Amino acid sequence: MKTRYSYGGDEHIYVEVDEEMSLDAFFISLSMSNAVREANIPGVTEICPANASFEVRFDPDVIAPADMMERIKELEHKAETAEKRLSTRIIEIPVFFQDPWTHETLMRFRERHQDPSGSDLDYAARINGYDSVEAFIEAFHSQPWFVSMVGFVAGLPFLYQLVDRDKQLEVPKYLRPRTDTPKQTVGYGGCFSCIYSVRGAGGYQMFGITPMPIFDPEQEVSYLKDFMVFFKPGDIVKWKPIDQAEYDRILKEVEQGSYTPRIAEVDFDLDAFNADMTGFNAKLMEALNDA
Amino acid sequence: MTLKIVKPGLATSIQDLGRPGYFHLGIPEGGAMDRLALRAANLLVGNPEDAACLEAVFMGPEITFDKAASVAITGGEMPILVDGEPKESWTSFTVEAGQTLSFGFLKSGARIYIAVSGGIATEPALGSRSTYPIGALGGFHGRNIAAGDEVPVGEGALVEEGRTVPADLRRGPGNPAELRVLTGLYWYRLTEKSGEAFFNDTWTVAPEADRMGYRFRGGLPMEFVEREQPFGAGADPSNIVDGCYSYGSIQVPGGSEPIVLHRDAVSGGGYFTLGAVISADMDLIGQLQPNTSVKFIKVEMDEALQARADRKALIEKIRKELV
Repeated sequence: MKTRYSYGGDEHIYVEVDEEMSLDAFFISLSMSNAVREANIPGVTEICPANASFEVRFDPDVIAPADMMERIKELEHKAETAEKRLSTRIIEIPVFFQDPWTHETLMRFRERHQDPSGSDLDYAARINGYDSVEAFIEAFHSQPWFVSMVGFVAGLPFLYQLVDRDKQLEVPKYLRPRTDTPKQTVGYGGCFSCIYSVRGAGGYQMFGITPMPIFDPEQEVSYLKDFMVFFKPGDIVKWKPIDQAEYDRILKEVEQGSYTPRIAEVDFDLDAFNADMTGFNAKLMEALNDA
Repeated sequence: MTLKIVKPGLATSIQDLGRPGYFHLGIPEGGAMDRLALRAANLLVGNPEDAACLEAVFMGPEITFDKAASVAITGGEMPILVDGEPKESWTSFTVEAGQTLSFGFLKSGARIYIAVSGGIATEPALGSRSTYPIGALGGFHGRNIAAGDEVPVGEGALVEEGRTVPADLRRGPGNPAELRVLTGLYWYRLTEKSGEAFFNDTWTVAPEADRMGYRFRGGLPMEFVEREQPFGAGADPSNIVDGCYSYGSIQVPGGSEPIVLHRDAVSGGGYFTLGAVISADMDLIGQLQPNTSVKFIKVEMDEALQARADRKALIEKIRKELV
């Protein structure tokens, strides 16, 4: 890994941990941004971890850019030697795959797609070498995902699957972005999955939809009363396939304020994960099933 | 009191100095595109500098007042009328109960700031009244103002009429506008030749210019340093593994048209950025009309910090003039 430090104008420092995506790069980005937060450096106004990079915004009237740069570089060594452990939570997110709403939308924007003859899932399954959409969906939901970044727009999580590089699913974005995506669509672009937190434009392939709101500016959703954004970087997600009956049931529970997402507190240890990915993931999912 | 919106204008929004602190969750700081103009407008009517105003772009609204208030309009030049009678910009005046404030056609700049004594008093969201329509946050019920809205205004005293910001303390872009840039971020992706061309070319503001970002066209397509695209970055040479964006950062999707991200920026994405417009020049972008010629000027950090200090000194002079 080759870390690049740079200024972003006179108010930001940008750290590209690695050019390519990997769990190692994500882990260093997250732990370095945590270290910056813990260092309580005067003048820091925003700390934004991303997939394989992070950014610090600061007030150059409080701390000189060169001093800020020095402080952050000092933390690199600390992050490298730190134990790659993270206390976090695993969350079950129900997904209605091949739902009528994203299907209607993908048909509406078919001419912007690489393969107008089928659905986004048909295309994704084929180019990843799966015999059927069902087998592709199985690969998509059977192993958990890291929330590697929250952003683009309010509360939108990017997710990276906790599997070996050769098992990563990869799908290009639409040839031209859509002008519409249903709220809570589960999408895919590059090696990242995402959940569209709000309705709007989008370029990711559409696989399904979750009935669970993840952003609520009104804070009426029961589990968003403390804060309007559900996800934070470092969260772990396990997709749970559901059918339309369960989708409708959860939707009703959300409206009535009785829906509670299934969540378990877990520790993630990168070395232990790398030593036995399937075994480690099985333990994560066990914790979720016990919750 | 309330402001009764008769006509909303093109895209008139409530703005203050924004809500920093939530960019890591995808919520941009927002706030006035031209912060100096907003501060000046507030000072003119005796408000705290960070009070909420109306920001109108290209076309002004029409507003009826139900109580008397002091008003000041700053930013771009747009004829100001109170019941048809002209008023000076960058200068305080009184609007009586029942009178209507309206505007003529934009003459220069792109955005005006309408400050009313007492300040706009909608419910703040995450510490700010600034409108962020994508997230339905702040503003008037999470959106821009519309005809028929009654926008609440806080308690405020009238100030004397004719308080003014001297012309030499008003700041707007020249023609061609010059935007100073610190290279960095993914600058290494460009060939040396292409990097030079970016600063030598004259660009024009494209019609796609809003609070999220300003697009420019007219320069040469960019050339990238060859590389095998890294895992997760996407196939186009302008793609990177999605990262955070800086305010003011300049991305060039496909290497053709640069976009400068502004106050309502998306917080991240998969395009390389070649550097960022310095903080002192961000206000100027908010006053650029489509088709304006623009030169990007390469500067170093010490010049950026000097420009920032100059801008602070300018605001201080306006304060001294008005407080």
